[in-house]
Amino acid sequence: MSAPTIDQATFEALKETTGGDFALELVDTFLQEAPAMLDTLRDALAVQDVDRFRRAAHSLKSNSNTFGALTLGAMARELELAGVAKAAAGATPSLDALAEEYARVAAALSALRHA
Amino acid sequence: MRDLRGAARLLVVDDNKVNRLLLARSLEIQGHNVATAENGRVALEQLRREIFDLVLLDMEMPEMDGFQVLEQLLRDTQLRDLPVIVTSSLEGVGNVARCIELGAEDYLAKPVNPVLLKARIGASLEKKRLRDQQKDLVRRFATPEVAQDLQNSGFSLGGKRVHASVMFSDIRSFTTLAESQPPEETIELLNTYYALMFDAISSHGGVVTLMMGDGLMSVFGAPIPLPEHEEMAVRAAQEMVEMIVLFNLERDSVGKPPITIGIGIASGEMVAGYTGTNERATYTCVGDTVNLAARLETHTKVVHRAILIDQATRAALGERFAVEPLGPVPFRGKAAAVEVFSVSPGQKR
Repeated sequence: MSAPTIDQATFEALKETTGGDFALELVDTFLQEAPAMLDTLRDALAVQDVDRFRRAAHSLKSNSNTFGALTLGAMARELELAGVAKAAAGATPSLDALAEEYARVAAALSALRHA
Repeated sequence: MRDLRGAARLLVVDDNKVNRLLLARSLEIQGHNVATAENGRVALEQLRREIFDLVLLDMEMPEMDGFQVLEQLLRDTQLRDLPVIVTSSLEGVGNVARCIELGAEDYLAKPVNPVLLKARIGASLEKKRLRDQQKDLVRRFATPEVAQDLQNSGFSLGGKRVHASVMFSDIRSFTTLAESQPPEETIELLNTYYALMFDAISSHGGVVTLMMGDGLMSVFGAPIPLPEHEEMAVRAAQEMVEMIVLFNLERDSVGKPPITIGIGIASGEMVAGYTGTNERATYTCVGDTVNLAARLETHTKVVHRAILIDQATRAALGERFAVEPLGPVPFRGKAAAVEVFSVSPGQKR
């Protein structure tokens, strides 16, 4: 994958428009909330809950794009559009692949957080 | 409600904490007062409890989603006019169209661009301000006096004799003005003009009974008696002229020509009541006094004065106003010439 984990321009713009400290606190909030979204995706996939699956994918997409995690955002978008049935059939990025990308995003954001 | 600095009270509705914090932050930076709700149900509770100027609404939410919120708002007469901007990363044009059909004012894709956000909020608040102003106009047009009178006496056609002052006013050369500019500008001008005139009239106890184009008829002293209605009518007229002077300063600053108004006031006995049919009726006054007020208003053009009054009004004013006698004028439809007086706008003795 050639796309950077975090798009620097997006992240810088976020810091600039909201104030640096606030952007860093927002990173903390995302790092606290995102694991629950990944869990929800797994749970919803297991029980084929259409709405919860779509909502969790939607939230993850939206937050990823906010921080410039464009690859993660694109994967989440694919899941949102495909829905739980196609995800179960393996027609989308796997939730493991999603979790791996999230781990990269979390590491990159933490690095920016402590830079 | 909005304060003088243009700050508005906004409600941000989003189930996602990052989105909620981010949007609230952007709006606070823009100087607004922000509250948040994490789903549609909580949002509706807040909206029914407190007054907000605008809602920023996410669509994908548990418990009650944005579509359901929009549906509920449409059904609620108190909240129907509250502007809603949908902020979402909804997929599909169909969903966006559905939001608009359900009354959403605007749609902003997430992540929300702060510059766009500011522009859309500004536009929405401005629209809301105009709507509020119009509602206010309607409220004033069906005045509390008339509403109270209806409630007390019950609605019945026919009138009773009252002693009151009648005022006619209109914009000079309005037709020429209307022809020289786009209709939208004329409507905007009329709206501002009406807002200013209604305010001056009702704050002096007057009731607007008729609006025709740029013309207004109002009565002071009916349906409920008003002490010193002659003086109240004259004071209202002076304030109307003052308002137009201020309005013209504003117009001049944007290169628009000034407007002038003419006002005629007559006092005396008349018959006031509801005329029309049982389905559609207006409160109005009829009689010689009313006709005379209309003639005086027309006569302002001839003598180039802003405010003209009749003998009866003049007599009731005493020495409290600077009044100039213009002598007797033979009006059409009047057997004898009528004494006409001019009141200086803004000059009180």
